[in-house]
Amino acid sequence: MTTLLILTVLVLVAIAIWQMTKIFELSQIKTIDSQIANDRDNRYNSYLLMVFLVFIYAITIFSFWKYGKFLLPEAASEHGKDYDDLMLVSFIIIFIVQAITQFLLHYYGYKYRGEEGKKALFFADNNLLEAVWTIIPVIVLAGLILWGLYTWTNIMDINDDDDPLVIELYAQQFNWTARYAGHDNVLGGANVRMIDIDKANILGLDEADLNASDDILVKELHLPVGRKVNFKMRSQDVLHSAYMPHFRAQMNCVPGMTTEFSFTPTITTADMRLNPDVMDKVKRTNVIRAKKAAQGKENSDPWEFDYILLCNKICGKSHYNMQMKIIVEEEEEYNKWIAEQRTFAQTMASVQ
Amino acid sequence: MSATAHAHIEDHADDHGHHHKETFVTKYIFSQDHKMISKQYLITGLIMGIVGIAMSLMFRMQLAWPGESFPILEVFLGDWAPNGVMDADIYLALVTIHGTIMVFFVLTAGLSGTFSNLLIPLQIGARDMASGFLNMISYWLFFLSSVIMILSLFVEAGPASAGWTIYPPLSALPMAQAGSGMGMTLWLVSMAIFIASSLLGSLNYIVTVLNLRTKGMSMTRLPLTIWAFLITAIIGVVSFPVLLSAALLLIMDRSFGTSFFLSDIFIQGEVLHYQGGSPVLFEHLFWFLGHPEVYIVILPAMGIVSEVMATNARKPIFGYRAMIASIIAIAFLSTIVWGHHMFVSGMNPFLGSVFTFTTLLIAIPSAVKSFNWITTLWKGNLQLNPAMLFSIGLVSTFLTGGLTGIILGDSTLDINVHDTYFVVAHFHLVMGISALYGLFAGVYHWFPKMFEGKMLNKNLGYVHFWVTAVCAYGVFLPMHFVGMAGVPRRYYENTAFPMFDELTDVQVLMTVFALIAGLAQLVFLFNFIHSMFYGKKGPQNPWKSNTLEWTAPQEHMHGNWPGAIPHVHRWSYDYSKTDENGEYIIPGQDFVPQNIPLKDGEEELNH
Repeated sequence: MTTLLILTVLVLVAIAIWQMTKIFELSQIKTIDSQIANDRDNRYNSYLLMVFLVFIYAITIFSFWKYGKFLLPEAASEHGKDYDDLMLVSFIIIFIVQAITQFLLHYYGYKYRGEEGKKALFFADNNLLEAVWTIIPVIVLAGLILWGLYTWTNIMDINDDDDPLVIELYAQQFNWTARYAGHDNVLGGANVRMIDIDKANILGLDEADLNASDDILVKELHLPVGRKVNFKMRSQDVLHSAYMPHFRAQMNCVPGMTTEFSFTPTITTADMRLNPDVMDKVKRTNVIRAKKAAQGKENSDPWEFDYILLCNKICGKSHYNMQMKIIVEEEEEYNKWIAEQRTFAQTMASVQ
Repeated sequence: MSATAHAHIEDHADDHGHHHKETFVTKYIFSQDHKMISKQYLITGLIMGIVGIAMSLMFRMQLAWPGESFPILEVFLGDWAPNGVMDADIYLALVTIHGTIMVFFVLTAGLSGTFSNLLIPLQIGARDMASGFLNMISYWLFFLSSVIMILSLFVEAGPASAGWTIYPPLSALPMAQAGSGMGMTLWLVSMAIFIASSLLGSLNYIVTVLNLRTKGMSMTRLPLTIWAFLITAIIGVVSFPVLLSAALLLIMDRSFGTSFFLSDIFIQGEVLHYQGGSPVLFEHLFWFLGHPEVYIVILPAMGIVSEVMATNARKPIFGYRAMIASIIAIAFLSTIVWGHHMFVSGMNPFLGSVFTFTTLLIAIPSAVKSFNWITTLWKGNLQLNPAMLFSIGLVSTFLTGGLTGIILGDSTLDINVHDTYFVVAHFHLVMGISALYGLFAGVYHWFPKMFEGKMLNKNLGYVHFWVTAVCAYGVFLPMHFVGMAGVPRRYYENTAFPMFDELTDVQVLMTVFALIAGLAQLVFLFNFIHSMFYGKKGPQNPWKSNTLEWTAPQEHMHGNWPGAIPHVHRWSYDYSKTDENGEYIIPGQDFVPQNIPLKDGEEELNH
């Protein structure tokens, strides 16, 4: 596949160069040695402008056809649907404007190419025209702004309605830890100054705080489907960003402050694995991985789809490998899993 | 020639005639002549550009073929690429320095420094800048900062590698990252000097444009280039000092133990003493410059393109006043949109709403400018010189890149594409490639003015343009898809996530295009150097342009014009203007230079 792509590119480039050498030759036969464009230059370059227009359309269509399937699958969170709708509408607008303006730009470049003796139109101003193309963007953008702000306000309205599950996402170079608030659903107080590695108090929880004693520290994020989750983000060293692309969720983790994000997962990991787009993606990916395995390369085990939490703010050398698995499951499964985890108090007791 | 002499130019316009003794040093090195300084800026900018682009090619190779061995990498990176495999630390360093060099050293100093210096005095009809001395200092400070930035590449622990935005704490703590030691110190010192240079230059541009315009050159007769340079200089003066303060506070946090940006940090087994600072504060300060900065980069390019396009279309620029109004509107709005870089930084979501509003507003003047350019082409007599092609190219990439700004400027949509390759694709098209096209358009158009009438070879120019144009889209259009697949930027490799495996193909495609684009720049470089020495001399006014610089003789001289400086009687866009009989104002010539008085009964356009 890669070879094919490279070949295509090379062929295209070869054609381009061939075309250019042609211009080269043609322009060198008769012209007086002038470096100013003459009618022949104008003609050939105006043709190339049309070829270029076709190229822009072609590479856009090619990208959609070839890479469109690589995009993220349907949103797995409640607000994700609104996000995807707004994205779709914005993209439709963008493509309409792009197609029209690029056409006009290049077509005019072709149509009005210079010719000896041709007279250009002295056309300096037209208030009506300018008013029209000021007002149209104003109206379109006003619509997008209002819709965007409405959605944004809803997403960012983080509240305690509907009994949300409270989870802390804790970032450090270069891994994530999740802290569940436990039975009381209240996170215990914490600060980096209380970190005690020897006692395995890696998140700096306040050992005297009763709310902390039932907190649960884990390295894998389990979320019950359909229940709102309020995330509180913290970082102990540098900026990180908790990026959960499948849920259309992202928030930076900032040392010295707690940031928040909230969403309701709607599709379990098991269901997402049955999504046709995801199944295709897994199939394609495993073909690639099987090839790698055949070549004896590492990191080539077959892949099974999982939601993932990535770090998306440059944080140092291993930034590219700072991740945590997210598992969305049915309420019962989640309850079973959380019951098996050790609380902070139990961990402390076992160390001492 | 002293500043006072300039102020009285109109009283004794022949005053420049006396000859200065010029030594090699005063003529080529510590020159106070704006034309020489502009060449110094251009050549320094181009050298920095070579470094910046070479870096991008190296990390593009790493992205396409992660973990593969390339002997060439070992040649350039030495111990940073043992056996030709790039190290993760140097990957981040390359990304960081590539961004820094391209944004500041190439597209700010190389673009605005070159053309503001060359064109402001020549197009407004002045003998030189208001202060030739400050102008010289400005260049040499820029040179010094370039040298320090390049030196930082040779520091043992590596150059700055916290991203060009150098967000603390990563940039503040040497234990967080090797590059945050001496490398970051040099980065900050270099940038502080750069800011001083930029401020001196900008103040000079503003004073010159406001005070030294020749007789008849009212503000509404200025070419759009000058308007763009003037407004660019103003936003530079407004916003660069804020970056200086951010850099100074960061230096204090790093070296003197203050806590402006740092708080509650536990790293490498110990708690640091910092308490009460906020990295978000740094982000605000940084982007208060950082966002206007992208307009500092693109506005001069837009000015150049407006001028080149009108000249080569043989038509007045459409909507001259609307163009000025858009430049001013963009400049004003650019100072109140910085928060759109910070939607998910943890700042108050309400602020996010405000910044979404202002950000999407900026699309309106941008749209007006684009439509006006397209209309300028309509019914023209387009002379498709390389400069003209690059101008059309700018409008194309500016549209493509600008449109995706609608997505990124919307706080909601930004959530999932923030800091992904979608952003990288967007800003490279809208301000990277576009501004480079503006730079190239300027170089092809004004090369004869810079090098005493010598012209760049047009055929090499065509090859340069077409290969670059194809490759630019080849790199950055597919990149949007990588971003929308969720791939974060600044990842050394994407192999840690099986979900990104199938995107390697796209990375290869982009890298191949990037490498070819890099080769195409060699064509330009050859053309530039060759023409500088052996270029064919063209006519004095090769593009049949109206602006004043073409009335000056090809041979450079101190003071620009022998004899009196030209007076101005009309705006600079009287291309293909006809009288009521449909005849050109000057028979047989489709342009009327600004210094030609109005003919009897000719109506000055009420623009």
